[in-house]
Amino acid sequence: MSETITIWIDGKEIKAEKGANLLKVARDNGFDIPGLCFHEKVTPTGDCRLCMVKIEGRPAMTPSCLVKIEDGMKVTAFDKQLEDTRAMLVDVLLSEHNDDCITCEKDGDCQLQDLAFRYGMDTPKRMFDTVWQEIHQSPDSSSPVLLYDSSKCIKCERCVKACYEIQGKGVLSMASRGIHSHVVAGTASWEGSECDGCGECVQACPVGALMEKPVYGGKVKAKDIQRKAVTTCPYCGVGCQLELWIKDGKIAKVKGAEGVPNLGSSCVKGRFGLDFVNHPDRLKKPLIRKDGKLVEVEWKEAIDFTAKRFAEIKKANGPDALAGLASARCTNEENFLFQKFMRSVIGTNNVDHCARLCHASTVAGLANTLGSGAMTNSAAELEYADVIIVIGSNTTETHPVIATFIKKAVLFHGAKLIVIDPRKIDLVKYATLWLRQRNGTDIAVANGLMNAMLANGWENKAFIEANTENFEALKEMIKKYDPKMVEGITAIPAADLIEAARLYATAAKASIVYSMGITQHAHGTDNVKSMSNLALISGQIGRESTGVNPLRGQGNVQGACDMGALPNVYSGYQKVDDPAAKAKFAEAWKQPNLSDKVGLTVTEVLRDAHAGKVKGLYIMGENPMMSDPDLNHVKDCLEHVDFLVVQDIFLTQTANLADVVFPAASFVEKAGTYTNTERRVMAMVKILEVPGEARDDAMIIQDLANALGQNWKYDSAADILREVNALTPSYGGITTERIAAGEKLQWPCPNAQHGGTKFLHKEGKFTRGKGLFCALEHVPTKEMPDKEYPFVLSTGRNLFRYHTDTMSGRTVALPQYAPDAYVEMCEADCVILGVGHGDKVRVTSRRGTIDIGIRLTDKVIKGSCFIPFHYKEAAANLLTNGAIDPVAKIPEFKACAVRIEKIKS
Amino acid sequence: MSIYRTHILVPVDEGTVQAGVFEVKRRLEQKITEQGLGNEVKVVESGTVGIVGKGVILVVYPERMYYTNVRPGDVSLIVEEHLLKGRIPPTLKYASLDIQGGLKSLHNTGLTREQKRVVLDKSWKMSPEDIREVLATGGYKAVEKIFTEKMTPEAVIDLIKQSGLRGRGGAGFPTGLKWEATRKAAGDQKYIICNADEGEPGTFKDRLILEGDPHKLIEAMVIGGYAIGATKGYIYVRGEYGLSIQRMQQAIDQAREYSLLGPSVLETGFAFDLQIKIGAGAYICGDETALIESLEGKRGNPRIKPPYPVTNGLWQMPTAVNNVETLANIPEIVNRGAAWFRTMGTDKCSGTKVFTILGHVEQPGLIEVEMGTPLREIIFAYGGGVAGGKKFKAALLGGASGVFLPEKLLDVHMDFESLKENKAVLGSGAVLVMNEATSIPDMLFSILKFYAHETCGQCAPCRIGTHQLLQLAWKLREGQGRVEDIDTMLNLAETMQRTSLCPLGQSVVAPVKSAIDNFRDEFERAAGHSEIS
Ligand SMILES: Cc1cc2nc3c(=O)[nH]c(=O)nc-3n(C[C@H](O)[C@H](O)[C@H](O)COP(=O)(O)O)c2cc1C
Ligand code: SF4
Ligand code: SF4
Ligand code: SF4
Ligand code: FES
Repeated sequence: MSETITIWIDGKEIKAEKGANLLKVARDNGFDIPGLCFHEKVTPTGDCRLCMVKIEGRPAMTPSCLVKIEDGMKVTAFDKQLEDTRAMLVDVLLSEHNDDCITCEKDGDCQLQDLAFRYGMDTPKRMFDTVWQEIHQSPDSSSPVLLYDSSKCIKCERCVKACYEIQGKGVLSMASRGIHSHVVAGTASWEGSECDGCGECVQACPVGALMEKPVYGGKVKAKDIQRKAVTTCPYCGVGCQLELWIKDGKIAKVKGAEGVPNLGSSCVKGRFGLDFVNHPDRLKKPLIRKDGKLVEVEWKEAIDFTAKRFAEIKKANGPDALAGLASARCTNEENFLFQKFMRSVIGTNNVDHCARLCHASTVAGLANTLGSGAMTNSAAELEYADVIIVIGSNTTETHPVIATFIKKAVLFHGAKLIVIDPRKIDLVKYATLWLRQRNGTDIAVANGLMNAMLANGWENKAFIEANTENFEALKEMIKKYDPKMVEGITAIPAADLIEAARLYATAAKASIVYSMGITQHAHGTDNVKSMSNLALISGQIGRESTGVNPLRGQGNVQGACDMGALPNVYSGYQKVDDPAAKAKFAEAWKQPNLSDKVGLTVTEVLRDAHAGKVKGLYIMGENPMMSDPDLNHVKDCLEHVDFLVVQDIFLTQTANLADVVFPAASFVEKAGTYTNTERRVMAMVKILEVPGEARDDAMIIQDLANALGQNWKYDSAADILREVNALTPSYGGITTERIAAGEKLQWPCPNAQHGGTKFLHKEGKFTRGKGLFCALEHVPTKEMPDKEYPFVLSTGRNLFRYHTDTMSGRTVALPQYAPDAYVEMCEADCVILGVGHGDKVRVTSRRGTIDIGIRLTDKVIKGSCFIPFHYKEAAANLLTNGAIDPVAKIPEFKACAVRIEKIKS
Repeated sequence: MSIYRTHILVPVDEGTVQAGVFEVKRRLEQKITEQGLGNEVKVVESGTVGIVGKGVILVVYPERMYYTNVRPGDVSLIVEEHLLKGRIPPTLKYASLDIQGGLKSLHNTGLTREQKRVVLDKSWKMSPEDIREVLATGGYKAVEKIFTEKMTPEAVIDLIKQSGLRGRGGAGFPTGLKWEATRKAAGDQKYIICNADEGEPGTFKDRLILEGDPHKLIEAMVIGGYAIGATKGYIYVRGEYGLSIQRMQQAIDQAREYSLLGPSVLETGFAFDLQIKIGAGAYICGDETALIESLEGKRGNPRIKPPYPVTNGLWQMPTAVNNVETLANIPEIVNRGAAWFRTMGTDKCSGTKVFTILGHVEQPGLIEVEMGTPLREIIFAYGGGVAGGKKFKAALLGGASGVFLPEKLLDVHMDFESLKENKAVLGSGAVLVMNEATSIPDMLFSILKFYAHETCGQCAPCRIGTHQLLQLAWKLREGQGRVEDIDTMLNLAETMQRTSLCPLGQSVVAPVKSAIDNFRDEFERAAGHSEIS
């Protein structure tokens, strides 16, 4: 309970919350007390001593940043002695500081400079000789993204605390003593440390000691920045809000913007990886394949040609001979328009996108059991959960900012973390329990956990009774999954499994976080349903900091699904085979002939292309030639397509096979909205101009539609969103006006008065009515290792590369972190093969082969290996299995059998 | 002990080790065997006796003869003349004490003069390496007493409060109150920590106790642990004190064997154990909060107070941090009572105090005398006066953070209160004597050098201020200073006092101000010098 009290500062009466920080209260009330080490987001340090005040009844002076206010406190913030003392401290600080402001990038944005100005520290007035020269160490420039100059460091420890308290990492510390103390990353330098370049420390530094490296071009002073604008990060599903600093029509710097969902943080990609937008490889003119070669043409020619070919194919082979792939990197508006184009102009439901490859099983699984295929809760709620299960998510690398919430929960709020993962991921360091299951045995793990709950009476009987159905069937089925039996399947010690069950089920608030480790299996949908079983049996859902939380991979993959870029639903998951839905869209689109036949998924499109049934393919912002399993097969399929149209910002591996290529606008060059993994709709703001003749995806789609005889007149993304609002109940209230006013609403938000939904299924009232238990048996992985292919290969991402690397690969900073493709192997296997770290090996599966360097690590267990799929020179998806989940049609990226051989040099 | 006719104590401390004590001891034992005296004379390795700079020392009981600067070559003479024939070889340096423990020296001055020994009473009378001797000489009687007389923890605290014992680590905080606060603070686990970091330059009183009577400390900590409700204690020993660490560890092992430490101390059900932590080697780690940080495995930076360790100490649990010398008083207070303790010292500062006498004196060394003994007596009676017949100029009391006292204050009484009245501090009990030839600006320079070296660097005023003070003092010394610099130094030191985070930065004002206030002319001359040149 907060209590409002009264204090007096320099005679002014102030009401504030008891226990609030005195310096903050003073500043909030207009008392500009100086202070350099205080930062609102971290615990006060009390190092700079500038914020000294006098408090009646206390001896001498006290640093106000260390004082919690009490009722009736009488504070002197300004008098001559205080100001003289502060002036002397500034003088002292300046003597240790290399105040070469003329060439310093921080000039004009530096808090020490401001104080020197305020206290009139002209050089002749200064009392002390400079000492920084004696103590100066050579700057540490070993990080790809930042630069530390100890001669400018005021040793305020803000960076140290930011790295630990905001990011949960603790890479930095103060080294040496006394005047020689300085910041050090790891034990010696940034390069050898565990720093992942998130830049939180840079953002916290009050002076020019920690600066961004000029990854966006040259050094730029803050005062030369012409414009600052906040938009959504184009990379992962966290959807960080970034403040872009613009100079001369280009991005000059990036800062994390305050507020949800990222609370000012970002990862290395968002802050230091946006320079791809200026890359010379950007497509600037439409291309048409002529005599086997892609040549530049005018827009009109490209549009007319494409429209003509689409019309021909439709006429000759029917609308279902055409298919479209929308994009998780395009906006909601573009995806909405794309599926409208396919459905109403072409007349087919053959529209899908890469969600098929990551979370199709989530959409299918959770919609079935709970009624809604998305994260039930919000990301920031994780920080306040008592127990968190992270299963099949290497959150630190795939959703870095969400990982910080989990780390903070453990470090600062006493939460218990249970990691269930075959790999020793970074979060294991923070975990109370690490259950290292055999790859692909997640259903058995879940069944074992539930068995232990029932055996010990830890299930939530009241919740099960009131809010669920089909419990008896589940109960019957999991009887045999006692922890000993499960240990046999999963290799998880029975005692650990029981302890995990106890922690999770008996916690006040427990969350499950999962990702592709669960979904990307041939039994992915069943895996997902197992997660919802766990939440239902323990009643850990429908409240804050609980729930089942699939972390969605790409920036707008949630939005693309919501917008109906799926073969079975219109926007808002309205089923194409539901006559009422069909009628509604038919009327709105003035197109009576909408198909009610569920369309093809990505995986099926490729299959049918190969079989010659799909003749024309329209791909917007996707790169199946890197992202899909069994690439040799994919290439074969795409080559079988008669007419391939690709719309992208770069000439991707896929675009290279196309007949027509449309140059598209990147995220900063267009307006619209993104929906992040927690169902939150946020603005994409047009900040820069497109290069050359590149165009907004929506306008390209509109031109095509009009060339095919439509009369579309969308002037802006706002026009499209209005249509979304009207046709999509869950987006009904998420209007352009509210977004422009700064609201970041989470769907469902049915109308303009609704405040959005922080967590779903409140009080056990599930979207589908009752929560549905599914009795699911463990199924072995499709391709088990054998004599010929003795290793289990798992694929995934790393922090520094993003997806198929079309964007991240074209940045200055990111490739420096993980320059080459690698396969992770453990020591034991390396010894057996007679290879070592860095050696090249040949990895072969039944489908393909790649040569790749070894990264020796304890992350993987004996008999298994891991390859990130970003690298074109050693594309992991040449190896992966195209086996798919029968319901969601998601491929089994997470497990296939391979052989590893030493390459004789 | 009594079956031997004669005991020869061989004090082993860092100083005597350097002077070759082990070689002397080896020769001594060899010679005694050769002469067939093995059944009559026993050689005992003991703790230090508090005499420094006098090489290897041998003490012969029951005569209480002290041989100083003993070289291996002297051994045969001692054995043949003294032990065999009962004659004192006139060529060797020696002194003697009479049987009553009072003083009847051959030359009645110096460190062998009568002292009031409480904390150091036994450190030279038995081997600190053998718990049986310790027990035979009354060790652990106080622990026994507490348990046999069923004293409650509150009663123990009350006793300490009544004794008036104040912390000997520098601040002089009443130990009974500290224990009481720790006992009353809420917390599942409590700790008692013995501060044996002894970082003050030239001070080695705590080492004397650690080396000479480690069991006394263990006993005190068992009592303290019982009183405050701690089951675990730490002894944080300065890293350089190799012998202390070794003896302390041995003593802990022995105490465990005798069930004086462990799951049930003396079968009473009271669980208490001790662990040694080796210091990080920085002066600031002697500050109780920095020490706690260091114990937690972090960089030894001081914490912001409040909260104080008594409520939020080690691992944020209630913790009593006590200096070695403070603790060494505890067993005797328990054995002999608060009233006895109050018979020594002054009204507000009871008991004794160990002083380290250093600098330009005839006999540097260590003495234990009553609180309130006049400074003049300490320097002239115990230290033998200014060396070489030179004139006294000043004394620096309390180590680096101490105060320069001019001659006119020589009669000040050495206790917390009297010194405070004279704007001085007792600190660690170091008394550094300077003769007339000493340059005060130079002395201040070397003190500031110490500060600049020892600042932890956490807070800006101290980190940079100590460096700037040193810079200014250096300029004065080099004849490059200006008269204004003197006031700048004062002003800066005062700003540091007001704004520094911990007592280290806050205390630099003491030497700076006392040096400048009392010897301003010297500083002005140093500065004026530059204006001429
Ligand atoms: C810079 C600094 C150094 C200190 N060094 C020591 C030390 O070496 N030994 C010690 O006992 N106390 C030292 N102290 C004092 C301790 O903080 C603490 O007051 C003392 O250990 C309390 O014990 P006492 O109450 O028995 O004196 C130091 C304090 C400061 C500020
Ligand atoms: S960039 Fe991020 S990880 Fe690296 S040191 Fe700074 S805050 Fe820590
Ligand atoms: S680098 Fe910046 S934030 Fe870090 S201690 Fe130095 S001045 Fe403070
Ligand atoms: S006063 Fe000095 S020693 Fe104390 S915290 Fe500040 S820098 Fe460290
Ligand atoms: S802002 Fe309070 S001490 Fe630095």
